[in-house]
Amino acid sequence: MWEYTDKVRELFLNPKNAGEIPDANAVGEVGSLACGDALKLFLKIDDDGVIEDAKFQTFGCASAIASSSALTEMLKGMPVEDAEKITNKEIAAYLGGLPKEKMHCSVMGQEALEACLLDYRGEEAPEKITEGEIVCHCFGVTDVAIRRAVEENGITTLEDITNFTKAGGGCGDCHEKLEEILFDVLGKKREVKVEAKPLTNIQRMQKVMQVIDEVIRPSLKQDGGDIELVDLDGTDVIVSLRGACGSCPSAKLTLNDFVQKTLREQVEPDIRVREASS
Amino acid sequence: MKTLYFDNNATTMVAPEVLEEMLPFFSEQYGNPSSMHRFGGQVGKHLTLARDRVAKGLGCEPDEVIFTACGTESDNTAFFAATMAQPGKKHIVTTKVEHPAVLNVAQRLERHGYDVTYLGTDSQGRLDMDELRDSLRDDTALVSIMYANNETGVIYPMPEIAEIVKARGILLHTDAVQAVGKVPFKLSELPVDYLALSGHKLHAPKGVGALYVRRGSPFRTFMLGGHQEHGRRAGTENTTGIVALGKAVELATQHIEAENTQVRALRDRLEQGLIKAIPDTRLNGHPDERLPNTSNISFKYVEGEAILLMMDQHGICASSGSACTSGSLEPSHVLRAMGVPFTYAHGSIRYSLSRYNTDAEVDTILEAMPPLIERLRELSPFKKDQENEPPACTC
Repeated sequence: MWEYTDKVRELFLNPKNAGEIPDANAVGEVGSLACGDALKLFLKIDDDGVIEDAKFQTFGCASAIASSSALTEMLKGMPVEDAEKITNKEIAAYLGGLPKEKMHCSVMGQEALEACLLDYRGEEAPEKITEGEIVCHCFGVTDVAIRRAVEENGITTLEDITNFTKAGGGCGDCHEKLEEILFDVLGKKREVKVEAKPLTNIQRMQKVMQVIDEVIRPSLKQDGGDIELVDLDGTDVIVSLRGACGSCPSAKLTLNDFVQKTLREQVEPDIRVREASS
Repeated sequence: MKTLYFDNNATTMVAPEVLEEMLPFFSEQYGNPSSMHRFGGQVGKHLTLARDRVAKGLGCEPDEVIFTACGTESDNTAFFAATMAQPGKKHIVTTKVEHPAVLNVAQRLERHGYDVTYLGTDSQGRLDMDELRDSLRDDTALVSIMYANNETGVIYPMPEIAEIVKARGILLHTDAVQAVGKVPFKLSELPVDYLALSGHKLHAPKGVGALYVRRGSPFRTFMLGGHQEHGRRAGTENTTGIVALGKAVELATQHIEAENTQVRALRDRLEQGLIKAIPDTRLNGHPDERLPNTSNISFKYVEGEAILLMMDQHGICASSGSACTSGSLEPSHVLRAMGVPFTYAHGSIRYSLSRYNTDAEVDTILEAMPPLIERLRELSPFKKDQENEPPACTC
């Protein structure tokens, strides 16, 4: 069973704002039965552009229902211009967090809201939502949606692209394309991984610093942690974990499974990460 | 809150008689059965007794039983035994609805140059014997077909399968993890070469299993080390687990009739009660050719994980083939192989009973489920008037 927060459980078992708004002036719908989750969002927006009421209908798991309920709670009484800025991260934060495999539920909320606001303005929601080229045909996810999810959520792995967007969660044929998009957004072309020429010390130092600053640190910061580069000794990278990561019982896993793996993938395959002795 | 445990295909409670019999092997009887001294030798006698009990339950000879750590190890060992013994044969036949303990091994072998045929099923989960017959080749090293499916309970016709496979001189393995203890076995009359079973599915603890290897069938060791299990499975024996498994198989044999009468009747009352009380509900799997304890039911327009969490509020434990319970995004490979529509596949719940379930528990479930499903359906945007099956996954 998933480890859900009390807030997720509460909003799943006693969802607020479930149902339809018959005279809604904004309706947004995303997902499908085939995908396993779907959300229909109804908004009643007054003449001053303030959301008077918000309701939802959701087919899906506990986190999908809780995310929908959370979103409607957040929206009620909010001016449209503020609602436009709501991200999936804020929906997840309202719930006290979601298991990473369930982050796509919060993304579904954000997408339904966007569809709703387009409907409010009389624009064609479906075209906007499917803007771009479909990369994952199993779940109909476009390159635009993937790029945005990577950028907005500090995604650094293929696995997390699936967790956040569902892309790649079916047949797996799109994995190579997803990786290309990921490395493109991160500014790291795939060729880096297979660079034949050994790096000079200065090149290695620059690349390690760049990957730590652009990829590793933003991701750790999401969990309240941080990392400091202490030294480089050949291909040994000596770092110090800070914040929540420093005292985390899984610090060793973070170093091996995330920091070292990312540096090996994006800088040099021989890199070994060690923690500085205190 | 009382726990209503209807998830016995996942694991079972340790039977009190089994617990009682295994306890001394945690304390005073801790000798190593491989030791030369009498203190260890006494434990060895209990291993012999356990092997005899398992052999009796399976209808085979004691020296045809190898103790392992689990059903997965038994399945893996059978695959490696059969393929290593016949290096020139590079084809394997199995089904699309196997447990991952078989499917993942088949896929690994595929990556190492094997050609694997995955047999499909019909909408009730049954295999096509002509398809099996046509799939066999001169270079087929192994056919592996489960005895009964863990999700739907559908039982495969092993005597007929064995006749087809053995007529071509091909090795046959069956994953009988869900079947042992629920259907009678007489392996002396059923010509399978390898059969896997697991202790924790029949009221023994987790961490013990067994592999039946027919006398004369090729065998290559998977676990290398000491001379335990006559050199066929190295590693100091899990004596407590093995003693427990022996007792559990003995008990299961005694309870086979009850399994097929009382448990079946309880299961049928639950199943029929749910289907009658809740509209847009369907049974997954063949109505008759099924384990007596298993019922896989789908509730249209609702999602399985949400149902399970609501059931958990009533203390009811079951499983779902919903994608969301596992973190994968596709619903159960078994239900999809059977062509169960998405409208139903996401909302599947597997109830699996044991001899410890009661009429009162079934009453509680029958009372709790209808309002629970109704409540989730009220939340759903999909309604009865939307009958169109959504587009299938294109992968």
